[in-house]
Amino acid sequence: MNETLRNVFLFAFVAGLIVLSGVMQSWNTAMVIVNMGLVSAVMSLGLNLQWGFAGLFNVGVMGFTALGGLATVLVAMPPVTEAWAAGGWRIMLGLLFGAAVIAAAAVVRYRMRPSRRRAAAMVTILVVGFFVYRWIFDAGVQAVEAVDPAKTGYLGGLGLPVVLAWPVGGLLAAGAAWIIGKAALGLRSDYLAIATLGIAEIIIAVLKNEDWLSRGVKNVTGIPRPVPYEIDLQSDPGFVAKAEAMGFDPVTASSLFVKVIYAGFFAAVVAALLVLAQLALKSPWGRMLRAIRDNEVAAEAMGKDVTRRHLQVFILGSAVCGMAGAMMTTLDSALIPTTYQPLRYTFLIWVMVIVGGSGNNLGAVLGGFLVWFLWVQVEPMGQWFMATITAPMAEDNALRVHLLESAAHMRLLTMGVVLLVVLRFSPRGLIPEK
Amino acid sequence: MDFLNAIVALSNFVLVPAIAYGSQLALGALGVTLIYGILRFSNFAHGDTMAFGTMVTILMTWWLQSMGVSLGPLPTALLALPVGIVGCMALVLITDRVVYRFYREQRAKPVILVIVSIGVMFILNGLVRFIIGPGDQRFADGERFIITAFDFRKMTGLQEGLALKTTQGITLVTAVIVVALLFWFLNHTRAGKSMRAYSDNEDLALLSGINPDRVVMITWLIVGALATVAGVLYGLDKSFKPFTYLQLLLPVFASAIVGGLGNPLGAIAGGFVIAFSEVMVTYAWKKVLGHLLPESLEPSGLVQLLSTDYKFAVSFVILLIVLLFRPTGLFRGKAV
Amino acid sequence: MSGGPYDDRGNKDRTIANPDGMGELRPAGTEEEARPAPGADGPFLIGENMTGGYGRGPDILHDCTVSVDSGQIAVIVGPNGAGKSTAMKAVFGMLDLRGGAVRLAGEDITRLTPQARVRKGMGFVPQNHNIFTSMTVEENLEMGAFIRTDDISETMEQVFDLFPILREKRRQPAGELSGGQRQQVAVGRALMTKPKVLMLDEPTAGVSPIVMDELFDRIIEVSRTGLPVLMVEQNARQALEIADMGYVMVQGRNAYTGSGKELLADAEVRQSFLGG
Repeated sequence: MNETLRNVFLFAFVAGLIVLSGVMQSWNTAMVIVNMGLVSAVMSLGLNLQWGFAGLFNVGVMGFTALGGLATVLVAMPPVTEAWAAGGWRIMLGLLFGAAVIAAAAVVRYRMRPSRRRAAAMVTILVVGFFVYRWIFDAGVQAVEAVDPAKTGYLGGLGLPVVLAWPVGGLLAAGAAWIIGKAALGLRSDYLAIATLGIAEIIIAVLKNEDWLSRGVKNVTGIPRPVPYEIDLQSDPGFVAKAEAMGFDPVTASSLFVKVIYAGFFAAVVAALLVLAQLALKSPWGRMLRAIRDNEVAAEAMGKDVTRRHLQVFILGSAVCGMAGAMMTTLDSALIPTTYQPLRYTFLIWVMVIVGGSGNNLGAVLGGFLVWFLWVQVEPMGQWFMATITAPMAEDNALRVHLLESAAHMRLLTMGVVLLVVLRFSPRGLIPEK
Repeated sequence: MDFLNAIVALSNFVLVPAIAYGSQLALGALGVTLIYGILRFSNFAHGDTMAFGTMVTILMTWWLQSMGVSLGPLPTALLALPVGIVGCMALVLITDRVVYRFYREQRAKPVILVIVSIGVMFILNGLVRFIIGPGDQRFADGERFIITAFDFRKMTGLQEGLALKTTQGITLVTAVIVVALLFWFLNHTRAGKSMRAYSDNEDLALLSGINPDRVVMITWLIVGALATVAGVLYGLDKSFKPFTYLQLLLPVFASAIVGGLGNPLGAIAGGFVIAFSEVMVTYAWKKVLGHLLPESLEPSGLVQLLSTDYKFAVSFVILLIVLLFRPTGLFRGKAV
Repeated sequence: MSGGPYDDRGNKDRTIANPDGMGELRPAGTEEEARPAPGADGPFLIGENMTGGYGRGPDILHDCTVSVDSGQIAVIVGPNGAGKSTAMKAVFGMLDLRGGAVRLAGEDITRLTPQARVRKGMGFVPQNHNIFTSMTVEENLEMGAFIRTDDISETMEQVFDLFPILREKRRQPAGELSGGQRQQVAVGRALMTKPKVLMLDEPTAGVSPIVMDELFDRIIEVSRTGLPVLMVEQNARQALEIADMGYVMVQGRNAYTGSGKELLADAEVRQSFLGG
């Protein structure tokens, strides 16, 4: 079987799986899988840039995605003017002061010669600065969070169109990636893995706790959407008439219609990113990356700046992940910081890249769809499986009850098994790198 | 008197909890560092290995309790611990046989083993939830305190009390015993020295007649035991919840790396560095400062540097700072 | 891509992967028991007509023969890339032989794993990474004697007598020693198994001339005890001076063979390999 045919077959197979769930469950379910599959594909394209192209081990995908989610709030939500009036400027002042303190400490470090006096000066600046910063900042935060805490209690955003948040999310993530990359790449050896793991934890801790910024665990809901609302569609006589003509009831039709539009948006992004990633892979830049990956010593000897290339690709990949996060939050119309579980979902993206084929962009997209499909569908399949094997047992059999209750945990197990099986028997993934 | 009160308050809220937590982290980090030194990869499944060993111990504890067996003032879990250790050892040996060994034979690069361990992490995580459920389990029984705050106040006449939980005492004693045993094993036995030799130079170890399979097996056995002990102590002190144990991976890694990966002494130091910074940065210092400072200067706020939700973040900030200035960790790990 | 399916894609992240001290040894043989070689009545250790390369790669050795007999020092010399170390590795079972045989004390050991050869009495000192740097000198020697179950203190005393400086530094980590002292530890480690033959791969690489002379003296001392020594040397002239038997290799073949004196006297050898 030639390669193209094989790839077409693999994509057709995954599409078939989704269609099958449309027929057997509901088209709504199928469209949910498609939309999240598209978002997953964006994330795995981003991770594939880093791991597949350059061998960078990023364990902080969820941190970058969360930044994208934050971007959606900051861009699309209307500003809360009372909050700004109450303490918004004070918070900004506090943050500026904090930055100034760090800058001052850095200046001391560079200007003074290494000595005890330098260390003492730095520590003094940092400690005193920290308390002054907290004094300015905390009062502002209290004031902002006191503004109608049940509804707002945060600064809000800029009230701009939500689609604008996608590139902004990418930019935010790129900024974070630049800082991490500068620190963790290209010393005598990298420590990117642990740095990204940590930064993801820190970003999500900030989102969960800084209520003035993201409302924390109170969540931001009702983020404006780039698509019409179902309620409006259902009350639009033209739409209802069309839906009934096609044999759908208006409620289903409206929700499907909305999802299809989302899918259109997302598919356009995936297609654009895929084309760009393929072009990048084939460009001199991509060839150089692969040359570095395959033989870093030789590449360095030829005068290639390895660290710089790694930093570039790390920032790019993280930006793509940030964009995916903004898309995901747009799809949910809500930012729920507690759902970003850094370890678990990051590794899910890893499974996508490995299963699809490290270093192959098409593989990343395929992996994104397939693994997301499994992640969603293993649970009902597990339920069904457990129900079948426990059918002969008595209704109140303790083992039966336990098995049925535990079926939900099958998905973690399945992901692990899928990863191990693919690594063992098809180590280069379903669509191997050429 | 105020000074004494400040010391007691500090011990009660910072020193004692941090020492207990630090011991638990140190034991966890020792397991990570041994795998890193000898099998040469960071084991992302370590948190879930700890969870598995603890789960076996809990199940055994429940059974013992149902049989009416108890250790009096001590938690029954101590009696069940050996069973947990054996269960965990069996698990890691089976995992090695079924999963890791293949990649060793293929001479896969360490990063591949890291990815493999992510798969194992998923499976163990699912398995533990499948068997014991995702909920919170408390399994500590027996006497709750060695000394309560009330008794302490009565005894000393001080204003502040110092409470010492039984689990904290057990944690410290067990950790000291386990660490002493481990270091004696590594430095004074043939098997321990062969492990160090293998870690240092695999080829030369082979040429000296050291059997790599045996070294790997002993390593896994020790790691299984360490993971179970660490997990059970943590579970006794706080509580057992599969998700918490997955999260525990973060401070455990941070400890191992801060100390210097591959260096057992570093793992212990790292555990305490991380534990102390976590507790100290998230502790409200109002009480201690209140005793120390004259009344006019007494702080009005809680004097808490960061809210407790930031505790993982703290361990990573410490980690990043250490790596910025000392990329090999405090104790010069393997990256020299 | 070059590294096969389980490659690390150039990742050099030390927080997750630890390449230090990883094995590079690729044992070629698979068997644990030697075969009898009837009628073989040659030198104590011989690699005869060896032809082969690494894995399925091209042949590096072509019909190459090296041997050493009891009480002798045999030296392999030749230009860079001539296959000197490869010949040594072939004798030690780290090269896939497609022709020829290796025999030790009349037994055919061609298919044996390197570890089995150690147990048969071959002591090997690799060129690089030949000590446990994080372990003390004494522990290095103990590890050398790992396969022995009897009392090793006597052998250790002998090694300390041979290399007195090691006795002084026995409690120091071997990684902290100087280059010459490290080589002494390496040779001492190999001697701890009480080998029947000692193989040294460029024992004087990277040490100063004074230390080199001292090392050669020690090697002569070792061979005087009756232990055959086979070694690869970069410093051809000095090596041939102490050699009972010399092999000059060029491009994986034996170019000249003879006693050390003969080769030193041979005009052609001097012209081509000894700089006149």
